[in-house]
Amino acid sequence: MKTLVIAEHDNGALKPETSKTINAAVKLGLDVDVLVAGLNIGAMSEKLASIAGVNAVLTADNAVYEHQLAESMTDLVLSLADNYSHIVASATTTGKNFMPRVAALLDVAQISEIIAVIDADTFKRPIYAGNAIATVKSLDSKKVITVRASSFDLQGDQAQAPVTTVEMVSASQLSRFVSVEQTESERPELTAADVVISGGRGMQNGENFALLNGIADKLGAAIGASRAAVDAGFVPNDMQVGQTGKIVAPNLYIAVGISGAIQHLAGMKDSKVIVAINKDPDAPIFQVADYGLVADLFDVLPQLESAL
Amino acid sequence: MKVLVPIKRVIDYNVKARVKSDNSDVDLANVKMAMNPFCEIAIEEAIRLKEAGTATEVVAVTIGAKTSQEQLRTALALGADKAIHIETDEKLESLHIAKLLAKIVEQEAPELVILGKQSIDSDNNQTGQMLAALTNRGQGTFASKVVVADGKVNVTREVDGGLQTVALSLPAIVTTDLRLNEPRYASLPNIMKAKRKPLDVIAADTLGVDLTPRVQLVSVEEPAKRSGGIIVEDVAQLVEKLKTEAKVI
Ligand SMILES: Cc1cc2nc3c(=O)[nH]c(=O)nc-3n(C[C@H](O)[C@H](O)[C@H](O)COP(=O)(O)OP(=O)(O)OC[C@H]3O[C@@H](n4cnc5c(N)ncnc54)[C@H](O)[C@@H]3O)c2cc1C
Repeated sequence: MKTLVIAEHDNGALKPETSKTINAAVKLGLDVDVLVAGLNIGAMSEKLASIAGVNAVLTADNAVYEHQLAESMTDLVLSLADNYSHIVASATTTGKNFMPRVAALLDVAQISEIIAVIDADTFKRPIYAGNAIATVKSLDSKKVITVRASSFDLQGDQAQAPVTTVEMVSASQLSRFVSVEQTESERPELTAADVVISGGRGMQNGENFALLNGIADKLGAAIGASRAAVDAGFVPNDMQVGQTGKIVAPNLYIAVGISGAIQHLAGMKDSKVIVAINKDPDAPIFQVADYGLVADLFDVLPQLESAL
Repeated sequence: MKVLVPIKRVIDYNVKARVKSDNSDVDLANVKMAMNPFCEIAIEEAIRLKEAGTATEVVAVTIGAKTSQEQLRTALALGADKAIHIETDEKLESLHIAKLLAKIVEQEAPELVILGKQSIDSDNNQTGQMLAALTNRGQGTFASKVVVADGKVNVTREVDGGLQTVALSLPAIVTTDLRLNEPRYASLPNIMKAKRKPLDVIAADTLGVDLTPRVQLVSVEEPAKRSGGIIVEDVAQLVEKLKTEAKVI
């Protein structure tokens, strides 16, 4: 049997999660085919075919898949499922949306957000906001798995694998795309950046997030936020780091005016180096920080920008 | 329109879970329990639909041990009209839960089911999607806005790149994200009133669902601890450390 990985992309480009998910899939020890579904994705299919470990690329290039709605993606994946023992996708909002639907219709469990592959049936995954790591063994004959990409490495390159077309076109009428509000940013994506600087409630308002810009520019960093900062309307929702936001593990994570609630730590405590800037010496964020600076952020952010 | 809201009893979100010393599971003995925060948001949304005249009845359902009736009473105090307790002492998986809920959907025929997007204990984020699959309904997951009109529901979803809106034909399934609403607190008179609202109990094993485990919990461990860090004096020392010691800038 083989493994099917479903690629994560935005029609324009592959997301780094795809390569990392292939890295996890290779560890299952089976041949890995990759399905990419979207609109005008020819160039992307070629790119996918040269990611190390890919045995074959299947492309479903059709307007029906442009927005990767759960209902049509499920129809597509189910049409291919007979050939695969493992079906794997990134635990992004796209993967989290359609994969459980696939699992239920195959009458199997979904193993969510794995962080390690022990063998083809056994995986590690965080539970309770990452305060415990469970080792779970799937007893189903077919496995449906989502992968926490930040726990896996990028794959290298290889000579092009064959690319074939999938003709199946979903006829699902259950849902219809209406609109999308894409957050535009010149900065690297949170989940791909080497450096992340995040602001919390301590930033006081959205305008003050500009204090992070200069530092982010100098470090090539992505900018994130705590839930409190998002809820207060300082910044958009897609910047939230945490249990229910994005999971990041950069080389350097700088938390500014963030207290360090369990739910925030769940999204960043696997970062290589953590810096915390907070005026409260008892803030729990200091318990996970490699370097803590007890100070008023409004004093030290301009200093930090000029010191870099 | 009838709205069904499945809810779950979980560890209180302020409590840090501890692993049992034999690594068999997380220790929940004497731990404060509460309604899963995403389920509170689901209940709130259903009640608001009722207050707006869009929904006519709100039914809360939970699957679990007898103690989970506490959370059903909370749902009733918040404004649900009736509650259903599917009783079991087994630790069930999302697929089982979705199959049991599908039976309740068959019985109750709600036009909208609103669930939390994930429970903060197992962190699976899958029951709503599975229920949508099993009942052949459209799904609007991670909702930050829900608008019901003309036999449809428009759901604005929090996605990795921003916000996406989809239109689903009713009946449909919605799962809540954090910013959908801010749940209210139950007032004392409503808590008293809730004691007299109907709460039906059904044994899980009478619903004709195969509850055989599909996933074996092999072990549970503490996550790797971070080694303690240091407090730096000022920005200059911070930058120096990041350059020469950590070598990350
Ligand atoms: C179900 C659920 C899921 C959640 N998911 C997430 C999630 O994914 N991500 C997330 O982040 N949270 C999440 N939360 C929320 C979490 O519990 C906290 O409420 C949140 O992380 C707090 O954000 P904060 O640290 O910015 O705010 P606060 O806790 O208010 O901390 C603000 C900090 O700023 C410091 N500060 C203030 N002014 C200054 C200044 N001038 N200079 C320096 N420091 C200053 C203060 O000392 C304080 O430590 C979730 C909660 C629930 C219930």
